[in-house]
Amino acid sequence: MLGNYAVVEGALAAGCDFFAGYPITPANEISEHMARRLPEVGGVFLQGEDELCSIYAVTGASLAGAKAMTATASAGFNYMQEGIGYAVASEIPCVIVDVQRCRGENFATQADVMQMRWGASGDHELIVLAPSSVQELFDFTVKAFNLAEEYRTPVIVMSETTIALMRENLVIPHQEAIHIVDRRTPQVPPERFVPFEAQPNTTPPFPVLGAGYRVLHSLNPHDDQGGIAWDPDVYEKLYARITGKITRHRGSITEAEEHHLDDAEIVLVTYGSEGRPALDAVLAAREEGIKAGLLRLLTIWPVPEEQLVAAAKRSSAMLVVEMNIGKYAGEVERVCSGLSPVSRVTKNRGAIHTATEILEAIREAVV
Amino acid sequence: MAVNPLAKYLRPGSLPHFFCPGCGAAQVMNYFLQAADRVKLDFGELVAIGGVGCTARIPVYLNCDALHGVHGRTLPWAMGAKLHNPDLKTVIFAGDGDAAAIGGNHLIHASRRNLDVVMIVVNNLTFGMTGGQAAPTTPRDLRTMSTPFGTVEAPFDICQLAMTSGATLVSRWSTARGREGTDAIARALEHEGFSLVEFVAQCPTNFGRRALRSGDPWQGLQWIDEHSVTARDVSKVDLKDINGRFVLGDFVQEHRPVFTGSSVVGASRGHEGGRA
Repeated sequence: MLGNYAVVEGALAAGCDFFAGYPITPANEISEHMARRLPEVGGVFLQGEDELCSIYAVTGASLAGAKAMTATASAGFNYMQEGIGYAVASEIPCVIVDVQRCRGENFATQADVMQMRWGASGDHELIVLAPSSVQELFDFTVKAFNLAEEYRTPVIVMSETTIALMRENLVIPHQEAIHIVDRRTPQVPPERFVPFEAQPNTTPPFPVLGAGYRVLHSLNPHDDQGGIAWDPDVYEKLYARITGKITRHRGSITEAEEHHLDDAEIVLVTYGSEGRPALDAVLAAREEGIKAGLLRLLTIWPVPEEQLVAAAKRSSAMLVVEMNIGKYAGEVERVCSGLSPVSRVTKNRGAIHTATEILEAIREAVV
Repeated sequence: MAVNPLAKYLRPGSLPHFFCPGCGAAQVMNYFLQAADRVKLDFGELVAIGGVGCTARIPVYLNCDALHGVHGRTLPWAMGAKLHNPDLKTVIFAGDGDAAAIGGNHLIHASRRNLDVVMIVVNNLTFGMTGGQAAPTTPRDLRTMSTPFGTVEAPFDICQLAMTSGATLVSRWSTARGREGTDAIARALEHEGFSLVEFVAQCPTNFGRRALRSGDPWQGLQWIDEHSVTARDVSKVDLKDINGRFVLGDFVQEHRPVFTGSSVVGASRGHEGGRA
């Protein structure tokens, strides 16, 4: 199946019943497949007049109880940052797929890796998943919906031209075998419900629009009742909770895949489609007698710090592989500072690394 | 002490409101509550939506589900909510900035689609909350904070824009014509399809003081009323004759299928993709 189609099937398996998007290559097949599939399952497909419309329609639908998603590509992802920031601040679950491309050209890149994390204004944490195959586009889209509902926050699936336009085998599990997280709604009547009251680092229950709870959802700093309040204490407490609910659950949110780390002297760190040539390079290096291993980050935000630290502690060198000017390498350097020297092999010319290019970098790093 | 019979519709604890003395947006909130009371609107199923600006604060005071705080995106929010749950009654409160400047594109497309929401536009002819800069609706030759030598751009006619684009209920009144305006809101609340009710409204603080050289709300109202002409049928108004005045009236009320989504099974077999 085509990678972009796998995203759609994953979303539907997760219970997605609302999609809004604006045409953009190379994400079009997601919209087109949604337009055909959603009406079949009783959902709503909307082609917005622009990306701003799409992201806000998604948050509006989510507030009304939908499991909602949009998909775009880098240039369109720019426009969505405002709506992502609102969804963070008002704690609205939704899923955004960004199929990264090169400045208007549909070549391979991972250049949005920092925009995924830092694109929106204001303080925020975001969850970003990085699939490397058609199967993972399906699996991670399901996971994205579950994390969005669990943490009441937007979740981004970082897709790439490489995998979005790739055809591979896809195994869709039986629906009963797919883990689904549904929204936690209030268990008390409206008169006893305090909309934004929650323990530190947790999410409050989320009543849908029209359920009689009469909640004010404002971007502005709001107190537990939802009332707009400029009070430094209210503001600080609110953002400590909104960011803490992600960072304090880093351990259960983040995942990384390990290959040959047990005896590895050099550990490659990568994410997304770069995991494919990186694994080939590790295997080739081992044939040459170089003890190489691979840590592939399945979650890139929040940073899987525990996994990185563990790998750094037992290796003598780290090598970050990424398809941009070298962005995430800075995060790896931050986390692994003082534990293991970090070098990088980057490629920023619209094409994925070959295993040979990475192998050469491994050879250089272990000299 | 007597309690205002409309106070029951206000969110408990939300007063005092933040509107300036003599604010037109606060007057329109009053008209809305009167109209809602008349048509027995169920506030438990109401979603009130505001963007950013003075008018956008109206939903903050209403005792219903409410969205607030992003400039210009009221219609996309409403569209998402309404398409997912068509039973929600959705009312947008937008200033002229939200409706015609930053959100103008959404207005065109909501009109075209006949999205089933009510949009109440308080057009105070300026960016009031930010201090009185010129808006796309500011009449020509007026001094504002961003046009110290007078406005040079032609103002937008929000109602003409909505009508041209396909809105199915369009009215414009002013805060000096509260009775007609309240009637228009009541009709909009009972209308199925995209309804736009615009109020030309005074902003004593940042339009009056700067453009009209008077912060007196009464003088602001009088200036609007003197610059208004009422029309039964706007298509018969000779725009050359009105000499920059505001044309008030109930311009359009027609029936057309409402928008239910961009992809509807069976749509090509003749029902325009909408609920009849």
